[in-house]
Amino acid sequence: MKKLINLQPSRPLRWFLGVLPFVLLLVLYLSASEARLAENPNDKLLPALSSFADAIQRMAFEPSSRSGEYLFWQDTASSLRRLALGVGIGSFSALLVGVLMGAIPLFRANFSPLVTAISLIPPMAILPVLFIIFGLGEVSKVVLIVIGITPFITRDILQRVLEIPQEQLIKAQTLGASTWQIILRVVLPQVMPRLIGAIRLSLGAAWLFLIAAEAIAATDGLGYRIFLVRRYLSMDVILPYVCWITLLAFIIDFLLRKISFKLYPWFHSQSGEGENT
Amino acid sequence: MSMIEIKNLWKEYGDQVVLEQINNQVKSGEFVTIVGASGCGKTTFLKMLLGTESPSRGQILLDGTAIKDEPDESRGIVFQRYSVFPHMTVIQNVMLARELEASPLHGRLFGAARNNAKREAENMLEAVGLSHAKNKYPHELSGGMQQRLALAQSLIKKPRILLLDEPFGALDPGIRADMHKLVLSLWREHKLTVFMITHDIKEGFFLGTRLWVFDKDRYDPHAPNAYGAQITYDLPVGKTDAEVWQQIDKSLKKANDFVENA
Repeated sequence: MKKLINLQPSRPLRWFLGVLPFVLLLVLYLSASEARLAENPNDKLLPALSSFADAIQRMAFEPSSRSGEYLFWQDTASSLRRLALGVGIGSFSALLVGVLMGAIPLFRANFSPLVTAISLIPPMAILPVLFIIFGLGEVSKVVLIVIGITPFITRDILQRVLEIPQEQLIKAQTLGASTWQIILRVVLPQVMPRLIGAIRLSLGAAWLFLIAAEAIAATDGLGYRIFLVRRYLSMDVILPYVCWITLLAFIIDFLLRKISFKLYPWFHSQSGEGENT
Repeated sequence: MSMIEIKNLWKEYGDQVVLEQINNQVKSGEFVTIVGASGCGKTTFLKMLLGTESPSRGQILLDGTAIKDEPDESRGIVFQRYSVFPHMTVIQNVMLARELEASPLHGRLFGAARNNAKREAENMLEAVGLSHAKNKYPHELSGGMQQRLALAQSLIKKPRILLLDEPFGALDPGIRADMHKLVLSLWREHKLTVFMITHDIKEGFFLGTRLWVFDKDRYDPHAPNAYGAQITYDLPVGKTDAEVWQQIDKSLKKANDFVENA
């Protein structure tokens, strides 16, 4: 018998071990739900699977009796639009500021203390300020995501630019590169896979800010719906929404990883990051 | 006239004197090998030639004017490591110099211009023996192949001075011998002016035309930093005047034989 640290699971066993906790959780839920429903058929805390199916049918495939819209899809579209705008604007400005700070010492001296200070502000604490300035519409929610993730990504990008060996920057200069050309041909391409990595890490925070903002002031969105139906203890709606958000988050993360592998093969084989990261 | 003139050059960091009163001249086409104990200031000297360090006193003249105090096209460099760009394939690494000079705005070439640059880069890769690997990324290459690439990348720019900072320090002895042959043949073919730092004093005795030894002439055990290193030996390994070119060629052949037998 080998030592435990040397035992590698075979491929099917790895699958089985990975799926097992999910199955156990599901079984646990179903038995608990059944036990509660047996005692009180109107119990709302742990609905049966059929209630989920009804709720999904009602939310996703029947028009709302009030507005005539398919609420589930409308919520999804609104939330994803806000998330995309927030993450897009946030990562673009982080890339811009991070690369400039990393590549140009004068710029770094100028902006580094400011970025550090901003990154220490808890974004939720200034949410009221955003509502006051930008109103309760879309802008304040997008801005919250931007403020929430930009400092983190900026500092990450800055760090990555500073990690580029000095030898490369000198070499580029001896090949006749100007500052702009060094940024364009040497710094930016090497930072792009890092940017995707940083975005993947900050997506959790982006979802957090999105749902928080929607919970407080919105008229649609996944977070808004969850907090709305909470008043009626509608676990049959809340739990499918949570699962849906989880699935969306997983898909976005998966796509970003695939894109990074596709566009920057040199990065992934060089850094030794396998398919599993 | 000398191409490079070093006039009363000093380098100090605070109290610590690294180099003191270095005076010398180097003609176009010379191959200067620099040896010395570690920490004796030979890398500092190379950095001043490169422009990433400035002299504390004195100056280095290139063609009669002070050498620029930042790296530029007049000087090519190959470091021991990290000289190539990991996000570009081998051929892209070599083409980069042409792309940069042709297009200040986006640093890329298209169409016929791109094909020309590509052909030129392919010839250069042929010369350093990397044709078979032109579409690989640097991390897929061995250490010796990466240094070949770094040489090709610099040479396509035809620099007035080629600086080599322990370029073969990290390589196996057998590969190092191949690289010596390559550097000598490139030097001869492109009529380069080369400064090469090495740890390996043997390299200094048969590579190139001149051997400089950096060492401290004066040493005070109570104040080890009070005096800096100078060029204590300046030995001719061969001569590069046009009229004695054949003589050099002969000495090079000898050097090449020595490399082969080493």
